Amino acid sequence: MVKKKANPDRSICVACGVCVLQCPRNALSIHKGCYAVVDNEKCVGCGLCAKACPANAINIVEKQEVANG
Amino acid sequence: MANTKIKAKKHWYQYLWIWSIVYFALGFFNILFAWLGMIDFILPLIFAIVGGNKWFCNNMCGRGQLFWVLGRNMKCSRGKPAPKWLSSKWFRYGFLAFFLTMFGTMVFQTYLVFSGAGTLRKAIKLFWTFKVPWQWAYSGSVFPDWVAQFGFGFYSLMLTSTLIGLIVMVLYKERTWCTFCPMGTMTQGICQLKANEK
Repeated sequence: MVKKKANPDRSICVACGVCVLQCPRNALSIHKGCYAVVDNEKCVGCGLCAKACPANAINIVEKQEVANG
Repeated sequence: MANTKIKAKKHWYQYLWIWSIVYFALGFFNILFAWLGMIDFILPLIFAIVGGNKWFCNNMCGRGQLFWVLGRNMKCSRGKPAPKWLSSKWFRYGFLAFFLTMFGTMVFQTYLVFSGAGTLRKAIKLFWTFKVPWQWAYSGSVFPDWVAQFGFGFYSLMLTSTLIGLIVMVLYKERTWCTFCPMGTMTQGICQLKANEK
C-alpha cells in the first residue's frame, strides 16, 4: 500500500523545530539538535510541517508500506 | 492511541513572543535593559553545549514565536518558499561570521568607552549603517558609561536582526529568519560536533 509521508532532508534541515510544533500527531522530533526525523508509524502525510518549514527541507513523498509493518 | 496526544496543553514558554516585544519596549525607555538580551545569547549556547540540543530554538525562542504569531496567526506573511541560498551552508556560516564580527566591533566600541579613548554615544545604529538618536533612553546611572554604551550597541544588534527577520517573514515563510539566525547556526554546529564525538 502506498502512503504519504513527510520526508525531511537532513542535509538542508536547520533544526529550528517549527515542524515539530506543527505536527498534530507528534511524529516529528529534532535529533540531537542536528536535524528533524519523522516517525513513519505516526506520520499521516498531512503536510503541515512541509508548509511551515522555512528551509523547505520537508517533502511529502509516497512510500510503499510493507504489509504488517 | 496513547502516544498521539492532542495538542491542547499550553506551556508558559509558548508565550515568550511577548518577551521579545517587552524587550524592545524596555530598551526604548532605558537602554540598560538591553543587557537582558544576553539571556537570548547565553541560554541557547548552554542548551547546546551542555544538553547537545536545540531546545531553546525549538521551544523557547521568543523571536521565532513572534514571527509565527505575526506571520501565521495574523497573516502578515506571504508564506512563499525562500530562495535556496538563504538557507545554504555558505550563507548561514557567512552570516554568522559577519554577525560575530559586528558583535566584536560593538564590544570593541564598548572597550573604547571603558578605557576613556571613546565617549558614550546615545544613539542606536540600524543595519550597521543608519544612526538613530536614542538619547532619551539614558540619562546617567550608577553604572559607568561603558555599560550604557554596550546597551546601545547590543540593542542596535537585536533591533536590526529582528527587522531583518520581519522582512523575510513578510516576503517568505514565517520563520525564514531561523534558517540563517546566527544563534541557530551556532547551536546546530555545536550539536553536530557533539553528536559526531560519540
